[in-house]
Amino acid sequence: MEVPILKQGSYLIATVQGALTDADLLELRAALLERVVRMRSQGVILDLTALDVMDSFASRTIREIADMIRLRGAATVIVGIQPEVAFAMVQLGLTLEEVTTALDLEEGLAYLNQKSKEARI
Amino acid sequence: MAADEVRVAIKLGFSSGDITLIATAISELARNILSYARQGEILLRTVDGSNRTGILIVASDEGPGISDIRQALRDGFSTSGSLGMGLPGVRRLMDEFEITSEPMHGTTVKVKKWKQ
Repeated sequence: MEVPILKQGSYLIATVQGALTDADLLELRAALLERVVRMRSQGVILDLTALDVMDSFASRTIREIADMIRLRGAATVIVGIQPEVAFAMVQLGLTLEEVTTALDLEEGLAYLNQKSKEARI
Repeated sequence: MAADEVRVAIKLGFSSGDITLIATAISELARNILSYARQGEILLRTVDGSNRTGILIVASDEGPGISDIRQALRDGFSTSGSLGMGLPGVRRLMDEFEITSEPMHGTTVKVKKWKQ
């Protein structure tokens, strides 16, 4: 299932719509990086509200996405991880410690706004 | 990948939290088979205990097997260059965990989750 990516000002918002195959995840990684470069985005929000299973591959790919976007000079926030998914992830040893997370889209946008404000000072 | 398995767990009446744990475990077991043995199978069955019901998942392959099971069950250990979360992680997700492996002949992992 393809993940739609919307442009919102200088940010990109990718909203996962349901279960993702490995190929979907790799496609998302390539598409996000390409858009970040093409649109000179300052931040990316990856909304995982609709994702009900996150295994080691999904977790690693999301960490890679955040790393690549950071190297490019933009910030990534993961939002909407469901409580059941968070529980399963921690049991599995997947903590995504290096990646910024927020409760929902609104909080994610607030984080990015704060970060770009700090960058301007 | 685990959609059919999830339907089985829903039919058994597992909570949504447990279904997430079961689906995640199945996904990791399938990943282990793919990275070490290339092919294998995952079977699901309901199990009846004395006063409880559960789901049994059997993941088996005829791959290279595991020479040191104790090491494979240690956190952070991986020989395939993956995250090394596989087996110890699956053990934490489920209620019961059993593994048998014979070098050169394959590996079978049996895990159970009981309905709360």
